[in-house]
Amino acid sequence: MSDHDQAPQGRALGNVFGAHERPLSGDRPAAEGGPEMLQVITPEGERIPNPELDPLLEHLTDADLRGFYRDLVLIRRFDAEATALQRQGELGLWASLLGQEAAQVGAGRAMRAQDFAFPTYREHGVAWCRGVDPVNLLGMFRGVNHGGWDPNEKNFHLYTIIIGAQTLHATGYAMGVQRDGAVGTGDPDRDTAVMAFLGDGATSQGDVSEALVFSGVNNSPVVFFCQNNQWAISEPNEKQTRAPLWHRARGFGFPGIRVDGNDVLAVYAVTRRALDAARDGQGPTFIEAFTYRMGAHTTSDDPTKYRVSAEVEVWKLRDPIERFKRWLEHAGHADRAFFDAVADESDALGADVRARCLAMPDPDGSEMFTHVYAEEHPVMVAELAEFTAYQRSFEGVH
Amino acid sequence: MGETTTMAKGITSGLRAAMERDPKVILLGEDIGKLGGVFRVTEGLQKDFGEDRVIDTPLAEAGILGTAIGLALRGYRPVVEIQFDGFVYPAFDHIVSQVAKLRARSLGYVGMPVVIRIPFGGGIGAVEHHSESNEAYFAHTAGLKVVAVSNPHDAHWMIQQAIESPDPVIFYEPKRRYWDKGEVGAAPDGPLGSARVVREGSDVTVLCYGPMVRTCLQAAQAAEDEDHSLEILDLRSLSPLDTSVIFASVRKTGRCVVVHEASTFLGLGAELAAQIQQECFYELEAPVLRVGGYNVPYPPSRIEEDFLPDLDRVLDAVDRLLTH
Ligand SMILES: Cc1ncc(C[n+]2csc(CCOP(=O)(O)OP(=O)(O)O)c2C)c(N)n1
Ligand SMILES: [Mg+2]
Repeated sequence: MSDHDQAPQGRALGNVFGAHERPLSGDRPAAEGGPEMLQVITPEGERIPNPELDPLLEHLTDADLRGFYRDLVLIRRFDAEATALQRQGELGLWASLLGQEAAQVGAGRAMRAQDFAFPTYREHGVAWCRGVDPVNLLGMFRGVNHGGWDPNEKNFHLYTIIIGAQTLHATGYAMGVQRDGAVGTGDPDRDTAVMAFLGDGATSQGDVSEALVFSGVNNSPVVFFCQNNQWAISEPNEKQTRAPLWHRARGFGFPGIRVDGNDVLAVYAVTRRALDAARDGQGPTFIEAFTYRMGAHTTSDDPTKYRVSAEVEVWKLRDPIERFKRWLEHAGHADRAFFDAVADESDALGADVRARCLAMPDPDGSEMFTHVYAEEHPVMVAELAEFTAYQRSFEGVH
Repeated sequence: MGETTTMAKGITSGLRAAMERDPKVILLGEDIGKLGGVFRVTEGLQKDFGEDRVIDTPLAEAGILGTAIGLALRGYRPVVEIQFDGFVYPAFDHIVSQVAKLRARSLGYVGMPVVIRIPFGGGIGAVEHHSESNEAYFAHTAGLKVVAVSNPHDAHWMIQQAIESPDPVIFYEPKRRYWDKGEVGAAPDGPLGSARVVREGSDVTVLCYGPMVRTCLQAAQAAEDEDHSLEILDLRSLSPLDTSVIFASVRKTGRCVVVHEASTFLGLGAELAAQIQQECFYELEAPVLRVGGYNVPYPPSRIEEDFLPDLDRVLDAVDRLLTH
C-alpha cells in the first residue's frame, strides 16, 4: 500500500478488516454482495470462521446471542402489527423494516448507552435496541405528532424524513462530542460515538456528501450506517451510484466496508469495531449493510409497478431471522423452549402495541400553537385566541 | 365536448402533448419513470418517450435543479417533478439564485424555460413535509412565474403553457384534488398569467387558487341559502397576479376575502390585500380579510382539519365582511 492509501490517522482506507486484499468469498456474485462483503453466518445458517470478526464476537454469551434473536423476532412482530394497524386505518402510513432486522439490531446492539443515533424513518429496530418505547414510533405515522419523543432520553434522535439531512446533524453532534473531550480518553463510559443512519438512495443527496466531508476533515466520531436495501422507492441502486457504495468512503479519506446486512453477527462485529475506532479518536467509518427491502417502500407504495417478485423470492432465502435461528439451534445456543417463549412474547408485544396505539389520543387543535417558540410569542397568543373563539362559536350549533 | 378526466391525468395528457410537439421537452424527477411518479402523473410517459426523455434521477433535488439548468442552457426544456412540496428546499438555492436570475444576469442572452412541478397542500392525512404550501417563497422571488391549477381543464392546458413559457414557472398541483374529475375543453381559458371568474356573484369577491377553489365554490353554494352572492375568482397565476380581473371584481362587490392553505403571515393574501386597498380603497365596504393556515408548522394530520381553511371558515369571513 502506498502512502496515499493511508488516512491521516494511519487507518487503512480500504476495507478495515482487510477483506479488500483477502476476499472472504471470492466467488460471491455482485448481486449477492460481491466477494468483499463480510459475513459470518451464511444464508443457510452456517457459521464461517473469520479471523477479523471473530475476536469481536468472542465475548458474546449464549444469553447475548439469544437476545439478538429475541430482538429480531420482536421488531419484526412490531413492524407487522404496525403494517396491520395501517391497513385498518389506525395509522396513516407505515414504513416497514421487513428484511432489515439484522442490520438494525446488529447496529443498535453495538452502540453503548452514551452513543447517539440519528435515524431515518425506518429505524424501528434501532429504536428498539435503544430502549425507545415502540409506541412512540407510531405517533408520527398515526398523525398525532411529528415524533414527539425526547431525543436525549435514549440518545435516539427524532425520525428525519428529509432524505440525508440527519447525516449532517450526526456529524455536528459528533463535532460537539469532540469539543466536550469525550473522544479518545480511554474511558469506555465516556468516549462517545455517533451513528448516522441512511439509505442507499440518500447517498445521492448533497447533504450526505457534505457530511462525509465534514466528518472527514474534522476526524469526527461518526459511523455512517447505510442500509443498502437495493431500492429507493422505485429506483434501484444503479440509478444512484456507479460504484459500490462502500467504495465512496475512500474518496473522503476514511474506511468503508460492506457487510452482509442480513447477518446480525457480522453487522454487530463491524459496527462495534467502527464505533470503537470512532470513540478512540480514529474518525469516521462508512458501513454499507447489504440487505433488502422485502416489502413496499411504505404502505402507500405498490412495488409490483417496478420490481419482479422473483427478486423478492431470492432474498427470502437470505432471511436474517431464519438463518440466525438455524445457527442458534445447530450450535446449541438455544432450544425449543426458548423459541416458543420468544414467539409468545412477540404475540404479547403485538397485542400491547395495538392496544396502546388505539388508546393514543388525538391532540387538541390548540396544541399546534404550543411548542412553536420557547417564549411567549405574540402571533401564537393572538392566533390561539382566534382559534379558540372560532371553535367556541360552534358550541351549541348542530 | 371535451373528455372527462382527473386532474392528475389532465396533467399527464398535457405533458404528453408538449412532449409530442417539442422533442426538447424532457422530464426529470424521482420515481417518475417506471413508477410514473408517486401520484402517477407521469405514468406511461417513460414507456412511450424513452429513458432519455423521462429521467429517473438520483435522489437529489439540488442535483435535479442544477442539471435542469444545464439542460436548459443546452436548449432543452426540462420539466422537473419535485415529489412533494416539502422536498423542494434542497433545490431552493438553484431555483432562487440561478433559475430566477440567469436571464437578468445574462442581459437576456439566455433564458431559463424550466418548469418545476410541485404537488402541494394538505388534506391527505400525510406525515410531515408532505402537506406544505410554500408558494409565497417563490412568488417573492423575481424572475419566477408561479401558477397553481385547480381542475383538469386548467391542468391540461396550463402545463403546456408553462412549458412554452420562455421563463421559469413553478407549477403547483393541489395533491388532494388530483383525483377530482372534470372536463378538458378544446382550448385554454386565456393565457398563462390570467385569472378566471369561476362563479359570478355580487356581494363578496373570494380570491382563491389550487385546492381552495373547490372549497370556495362549495362555500358559495352554501351562502346562496342565506341569500349571499359570492364571486369566486380562481387566481391561477400567483405571480404575476392578474390584477385587472381582481380589481374589477372587488370594485363590483366592494368586499373581498383571500383564501389559501398557506399561513397568512406574508402569504399571498397579504400582497393581495395590500394591492386591493391601494387600488380599490374608495370602493371597499370593508377591510380585505384573509382566511388561511395558522402561522405554525403544518400540524400532524389528525388535526390538519383545524389548520386548513374550510367552508365554514370562508363563510365566517363572508359574514364578517357583510356585517362590517
Ligand atoms: C429531500 C427528500 N426528497 C425526497 C423524498 C421522498 N422520499 C422518501 S423516501 C425516498 C427514498 C429513500 O430511499 P433510501 O435512501 O434508499 O431509503 P429507504 O427508503 O430505501 O430506506 C424518497 C425519494 C424525501 N423524503 N426527502
Ligand atoms: Mg433504500
